[in-house]
Order: sequence, then C-alpha cells, then structure tokens
Amino acid sequence: MLLDQIIIQTVNGIVTGMILALVASGLTLIFGIMDVVNFAHGELFMLGAYVGVITIVATGSFWIALLVATLVIALLGAVIQITTLRPLLGRDPLTTILATFGLSLVLQNYALWQFGPVARKIPEPFTGHFQLFYLDYPWYRLAIALLSAAIIGALWLFLKFGTYGIWIRATTQDRVMASAMGIPVPWVHTAVFAIGAGMAAASGVLFGPLVGVNHAMGLDWVLKAFIVVVVGGMGNLGGSIAASIFISLLEAYASLWVSPAQAVIVSFVALILTLLFRPTGLFVPTPK
Amino acid sequence: MSGAASPASPLVAVEEIHTYYGKSHILHGVSLTVGAGEVVGLLGRNGVGKSTTLKTVMGLVRPSQGEVRYEGRAITGLAPHRLARLGIAYVPEDRRIFRLLTVMENLRTGLDRAGLDEARKQALLDKVYRYFPVLADRGNQAGGTLSGGEQQMLAIARAMMLEPKIILLDEPTEGLMPRMVSQISHIIDALHQEGVAILLVEQNVPLTLEACQRVYLMEKGVVRHHAPASELRDDRAVIHQYMGI
Repeated sequence: MLLDQIIIQTVNGIVTGMILALVASGLTLIFGIMDVVNFAHGELFMLGAYVGVITIVATGSFWIALLVATLVIALLGAVIQITTLRPLLGRDPLTTILATFGLSLVLQNYALWQFGPVARKIPEPFTGHFQLFYLDYPWYRLAIALLSAAIIGALWLFLKFGTYGIWIRATTQDRVMASAMGIPVPWVHTAVFAIGAGMAAASGVLFGPLVGVNHAMGLDWVLKAFIVVVVGGMGNLGGSIAASIFISLLEAYASLWVSPAQAVIVSFVALILTLLFRPTGLFVPTPK
Repeated sequence: MSGAASPASPLVAVEEIHTYYGKSHILHGVSLTVGAGEVVGLLGRNGVGKSTTLKTVMGLVRPSQGEVRYEGRAITGLAPHRLARLGIAYVPEDRRIFRLLTVMENLRTGLDRAGLDEARKQALLDKVYRYFPVLADRGNQAGGTLSGGEQQMLAIARAMMLEPKIILLDEPTEGLMPRMVSQISHIIDALHQEGVAILLVEQNVPLTLEACQRVYLMEKGVVRHHAPASELRDDRAVIHQYMGI
C-alpha cells in the first residue's frame, strides 16, 4: 500500500516539478544574464493565466489560449524590461529588486481591479483519466509534464544551437566582451526577459485547470521558484530544472506523512541547508 | 612630444580624451591617431592608462571630455556593439574567451551577423584556421579548457571574424612562451599585409618596435612622446626614460 502511495506521489512530484521548472527556468535565465532577481515573475505567471481565461472565452480553444497568453505576456515582458529594467542596468542590484517588487504589486492589484477577487476557471483541454492504483489519475496532469518538458527542451535546443542562443550564452558569460563582439546586448537582455515572461505565462495557463485563476496565484509559485533557483545554483538552467523536480518530489513524499501545507516546510529546510553547506547550489559542479 | 608624421585623414583619431574610473582621473587628455592599415604601438609602464585608452576607443569606458573619431565621424558614446559592426575589433588583455562556449561558438559570436553568406563565413574560418591550425582541431572544445597561448589565438581569431578595419590589441604576448610570442608577431605582420590597422598595447618593447610603424609613449595618463618606430630602434634613451629598460 505504501509502495502504491510512493509511486503516486512520485508521479505527482514530477508533474509539479516540471511546471515549477518552467517557471524557474525563466527566472534563472533572467538572473543569469542580467543579475536581476525578478520579483514580478509570479505576476507574469498569473497574468498569463488570465490572458488564457480571456482567450478561451473568446475562442473556445485551450491551445490557442496557451499560444496567445505566451505571446502577449512575452511582449509585456519586453515592454517591462525596456521601460523599467534597462535604465537600471549596472546599478546596485537592490534597485532592480525594488523595481520588480513594485511592479509585482502594481500588476497584482491591476489584476484584482480588472478581474475581481473571484477565482476563474480554465477548463482542461481533455478530461480522460487512467487507473493509477486506487486513483483515477487525469491524463491532463501527465500532459502538463510532457508539455513543460517539451518547452524546456525547445529552449535548451535554442540556447545550444541557435545563433541567438549563442548570443544569449555569450552575454550571460561576459556582457562586456559580448558587446565588443557586436552582439546587441541590450536587445539580448530584452529578448531573454520576454522569453522568461512567456514561459511563466505558459506555465500559468497549463497550471490553470488544476487550481483557480486568481490575482494572488503567482505568489506561491514564485516563492517556490526562488527556492529552486537558489538550490539549483543561481543562473544555472540545468540546476534549476533538477532542483524543481527534487524539491517537488521532497514535498510530495513529505505529504505522505504530514498535510501538504506542512510539507512546504521541507522545501525551506532544503533551502536553508543548501545556503549553509553549499551556497553555490546543489546541482552545479563543485567550484574550483 | 617629438615629430612623427600622423596620417592626414586617420582611420581612428583620439582627441584630448579625459577618462575617469569613479573619482580617479586616469586619462588626462590623450590624443593619438591610427591611419588605415597602419600598425601603431602604445608603450608605457603599468598603470599609465594604455588599456584604458583602448577601452575608451572601444566604447567600454566613456570619456568625460574629448572625442574619438572613426573614419572622420564622432563615435564617442556609441555602444560597443555598434562600433564592432562599424569595423573596430577588440582583443582584451585578459583575452576574455567565452569559457563555456566551444571554440567554434566563440568564433560564431563574431561570424553570425547580417549580410554574411555561408561562403564568406567559410572563407573567414578557413583563413583563421590557416593562421591558427590548432583552432580547427579544437573546434568542439570549451574555450576555457584551452592553454593560455591557444586562448590568445582564439581571442585574435574571434576578433578577425568581424572583418575589422582596425584591431585594438591589448598585450597579446603577456605571459606567453617565446614560441607563441613569435607566432603572435607573425600574425600581426599578416594582418598588416592584409591592410588591417592595429593599435597595439605592449610591454614587449622589441616586438612593438619591430611590428609598428609609429609608437606613442605614455606616462601618467598622457602621451609624452610620439615617434616613428625606426627612430626609437636607433635611440634607446627615450625607451629607457619612459619604460625604465
């Protein structure tokens, strides 16, 4: 019986982990390239879900909603970067923390004002179930994990082989030298912020059917995404993905014994232990 | 400052630039020129502002006064990536290879740009592989795993990908073994033959006097002396005065 539960929780952990990885990889990409800790990332996730809700009402298609939300929020991300963060580049990191924190308050209250406090619902694009021991497990949950993996995989391929991917990696490693090689660094920053925002929006829409869409939904996720980014090693994409799955599995197993609300404590314990004993991150090679 | 004929319409003209790092005044009105296809040396002891002069030309440091001109046009305050597109390439003192990128990807940072077809890209790659055969063998190796000399070659090869009209070369032979130094010296000659201008900052006096047509000598943030290299080769007193050797 316990084995059944462990398998179920493993599946749950991986599904949540993949969504979290989608949120966190945008966050870590942005931090890696411009040293900006984006406190408004959760709000981009939330606004993505709302754009998804509106598009589904208008078109009836979940997949169009996923695409539209990703593009709209990517564009919003680009505008935010150009107007708010670009002027602050190279200043004390505290200024960008304050700026993105302020932005998160503005966006959250805008959503409250625009959409009201009542949670909206995104219907699942398909509703089938399969038998996982004693549970009717929705196919959609597995689909989320696969879709997230596909999006992250596409991002990886783009970074690895695309011309602009090389520009992004070069800029992440050495902004000054990238600029001297003719790479338009300010636009690379804007593009990366847009990509991160678009990925947050996509996760918002994908996750929408599992919880209600409301103005505060980003909060939980961004908190977890921050834990993941630190545990995975700030700015390290592969580390963030590994840490997303690791943290989600930890929480999933912990909730076998304690309530899910208490299981969150495990993540924080992992965070504190990481900061104490391996502050560069669990999933990065030992610094030489 | 004694007389060496500066080009009438220089490729790069640095005019009376003053540069600060925070509150410390580094350059106190530096002026120099580099003609098209000319190899010009910038000598001086450590900390006299040679590297800062290069950084200012490259747009990495903004001068508080003075102007930098390129092909007659003021470029002061233009972003470095624009200057790179105009034909100014920079090889910094610490090489600044993209350590986690492969050798090929390092080269692609300069190669992947608008208006360059595949044939031209291949021709450029073939050319640097001819100069630096080792880079062809190490194409898929991470830049950070190369030896110091190989990194220097990669840094120069990477700059050549931009098909620049001028290369700002900051202490290319620093810390290299003699065999590598002579290879760097050959590449400077080869670039000169191709008509690429070079502004060379060096501590290696013989190499500089050999490779350059004209030399500027800097002291405490200003150019103190300016002469044809041939003149300095014959008169070592000046070099002794400014370099202490």
